[in-house]
Amino acid sequence: MKHPLLHWLLRLPRHTAFLAVVGSALLLALPFVAILGGQAWVRILDLAILYVFLALGLNIVVGFAGLLDLGYIAFYAVGAYTWALLASPHFGLHLPFWVILPTGALLACLFGVLLGAPTLRLRGDYLAIVTLGFGEIIRIFLNNLNAPVNITNGPQGITLIDPVKFGAFSLSGRTEVFGYTLMGPQKYYFLLLALCVLVVFINYRLQHSRIGRAWQAIREDEIAAKAVGINTRNMKLLAFAMGASFGGIAGGVYAAMQGFVSPESFSLMESIMILAMVVLGGMGHIPGVILGALLLAILPEALRFGVVPIQQALFGKVLADPESLRMLIFGLALVLVMRFKPQGLWPSPERQRELTEGKS
Amino acid sequence: MLEITGLNVAYGGIQAVRSITFHVNEGEMVALIGANGAGKTSTLKAIARVLDAAGGDVHFAGQDITRLPAHEVLGRGIALVPEGRGVFPRLTVAENLAMGAFIRKDKAQIAQDLEQVYGHFPRLKERAGQLAGTLSGGEQQMLAIGRALMGRPKLLLLDEPSMGLAPLMVQKIFEVIQTVARQGMTILLVEQNAKLALEVSQRAYVMESGSISHTGDSAQLLTDPRVRAAYLGE
Repeated sequence: MKHPLLHWLLRLPRHTAFLAVVGSALLLALPFVAILGGQAWVRILDLAILYVFLALGLNIVVGFAGLLDLGYIAFYAVGAYTWALLASPHFGLHLPFWVILPTGALLACLFGVLLGAPTLRLRGDYLAIVTLGFGEIIRIFLNNLNAPVNITNGPQGITLIDPVKFGAFSLSGRTEVFGYTLMGPQKYYFLLLALCVLVVFINYRLQHSRIGRAWQAIREDEIAAKAVGINTRNMKLLAFAMGASFGGIAGGVYAAMQGFVSPESFSLMESIMILAMVVLGGMGHIPGVILGALLLAILPEALRFGVVPIQQALFGKVLADPESLRMLIFGLALVLVMRFKPQGLWPSPERQRELTEGKS
Repeated sequence: MLEITGLNVAYGGIQAVRSITFHVNEGEMVALIGANGAGKTSTLKAIARVLDAAGGDVHFAGQDITRLPAHEVLGRGIALVPEGRGVFPRLTVAENLAMGAFIRKDKAQIAQDLEQVYGHFPRLKERAGQLAGTLSGGEQQMLAIGRALMGRPKLLLLDEPSMGLAPLMVQKIFEVIQTVARQGMTILLVEQNAKLALEVSQRAYVMESGSISHTGDSAQLLTDPRVRAAYLGE
């Protein structure tokens, strides 16, 4: 009797199976290596995986269904504030994660439908503008819902948020396991990795399902999609709802991990960043989106660490602060990618073919 | 089979179709001809429910479909081949055809229909793995018709199948349309190429600024001096 996973591995071509095993081992070992450079590096890893999760959620909306959403961060915010309000001293509520996370996902899903329903007739830039406005509205609400009744605590945000806990086992703080001290960020890493594997799996299943094909058709030609019997309204709402749910889950974990949320974490810049990850990596292509998310999440952080020492060494003083340089280099990288690889760094084979064949 | 009564279509305040009434019998090929902007495409879109009618009603096989959601129209047996072909450019030819059978579950029958479509258009079989967006205009038109046939419709709505195609390609496509018609398909054909449309159809309606100005047997209309003067360039 073989385990199904083992069975699956054995059926793969030898080198693919080998890569899968080595890849998994590396992913599992990563937080133990990163901790040697300090906890900050593990935190960066955590955030990078969180961004992969978010980018894959947005990929459902933008990549699969072709709906340009510039307000995706709003769903992340809904998830984060759901967690913050239900598990912090702010309201004195301390619900367990298996209640809050689904609630956050559901609420975000609801907001997704709320955004999707009135925008069904919009496409492209028009949709982008409305979703952009929606994202801002949510942020401004969070910023101002501290009066007359204090719900979100306004710009100060909410502090002392509960971590993720499995019974008595908390993911924050240190735990001794077989004499090894596991740090908080390392534990979150494994939770995030598990969630990420789940969302990758769901993305793959969706892409090749009936729903995935319907989304593809809508993205290509909406009238033709209707003519072949696709309920375009429901399919678009479904894309918004699913994308939003993933955003909500990511937001919940983010709130728990940081222990603090405030409206300024959910700015337009964040929405653009996630969209950039999807586009830069290769819209609709899952490995591409993962690559895009990892690059855009880690590179700026790496720069932050590298910029100061390099300037110190070159000029003896810091001429440009890391934050402004970060955006400069980031923007330049985006321009270069769009100029030389407009289909993304790692596009799907079909998309690649379209761009080369189409010119003939 | 298809009964249109007092159909109105409006874009904002502009009336594109003014209370037209016509019908298509089972097994017939009926042409709707007229100049650019006469309201032919709007009529077809309203029947396929891609566009909302402002008034009047549409009955198909005895049922009122005037307010039916667009995605249920194919299920009732009406397939639209949209103007400008409307293939899915980033899907392959085979994927496009499979998409035509999206609402069907009868796998064996689908495979059989696919073979039949490839039989009509051998070119599509040769290019089954190619992206639809890279096909020539004529091949895309073949694909659009093939995709519509994959839905096993009872009524085929063709919107300007000759638009922008080379004469040889037009001929090829119309041969297939006639073959499909001979096999018993009911067809409503919208065309600007009036001569061609009148030659292949049994009956025709001539549209002019949103209304039907002439109607009759196609053969008769072909010799009608008024029609000849206005639409056949004489």
